[in-house]
Amino acid sequence: MLSCRDVTRLLSRSMDASLPVGKRIGVRFHLLICKFCARYRRQLLLIRKAARHLAEAADRPEGSAGEKLSAEARDRIRESLRTRNG
Amino acid sequence: MPVDPSVWVDRYGDYLFRYAVLRLRDRSRAEDLVQETFLAALKGRTSFSGRSSEGTWLVGILKHKILDHFRRQSREMPLTGGDGTDPPGDDPFNAVGHWVGGPAEWGGDPADLFRRKEFIEQLTKCLSGLTPAHANVFILREVEGADTKEICKELDVTETNLWVILHRARMQLRKCLETRWFHGNPGGGS
Repeated sequence: MLSCRDVTRLLSRSMDASLPVGKRIGVRFHLLICKFCARYRRQLLLIRKAARHLAEAADRPEGSAGEKLSAEARDRIRESLRTRNG
Repeated sequence: MPVDPSVWVDRYGDYLFRYAVLRLRDRSRAEDLVQETFLAALKGRTSFSGRSSEGTWLVGILKHKILDHFRRQSREMPLTGGDGTDPPGDDPFNAVGHWVGGPAEWGGDPADLFRRKEFIEQLTKCLSGLTPAHANVFILREVEGADTKEICKELDVTETNLWVILHRARMQLRKCLETRWFHGNPGGGS
């Protein structure tokens, strides 16, 4: 019998690799009877989705939302480019 | 296409900075890497083929710099997953491995939650709470979507160790989100 501790570990691993078939069946069975682990699984998947979304939102070149270079950093970088560019 | 470094900072500075700060969680380090990226691009600008856009070219250079930084950090703090048990005092499971308390229902619409600005902000804050080495692994895996084998190779860590690290990181992030977001905002926040 898998404990919740085992199942959480296996759930995480199943997000990165495929589980051996015995473990996979064990996890699936456990999820049918354990609402906490089923919930844990849903939340991990939600976190994964949010992480991907985070990248998509931040990595758009044309996006203007979010973090910006400070004026000081901008000047410093511009200056360093000018010096090197001769 | 001629390369004109004088417009780089205005045109790509914020974009590269955003890209770096998300992955490094450190503004001054991100500024440094953006500067290094521009300087490297300046040095190598004759090799820019024009096949990709200038922005893609620059972000490609930045990506390498970020990975170098991660490698350096994992050399300084070797990535050990330990034996996979959780640190005492913080164990969500009891002696027989059952949940103590268990994860709370987060409420809200899961189909919508992952793109809510406030949720994403809390996720970013919780990421900063991980050890840098664990956060780097999580970012490569879940933000970049990199393959586990690739990450093992880049950061010189065994696959078993990587699983343990990712398990720890996910568990800690989940807990942090629950505390910061869901308990702080009964009913799923707003």
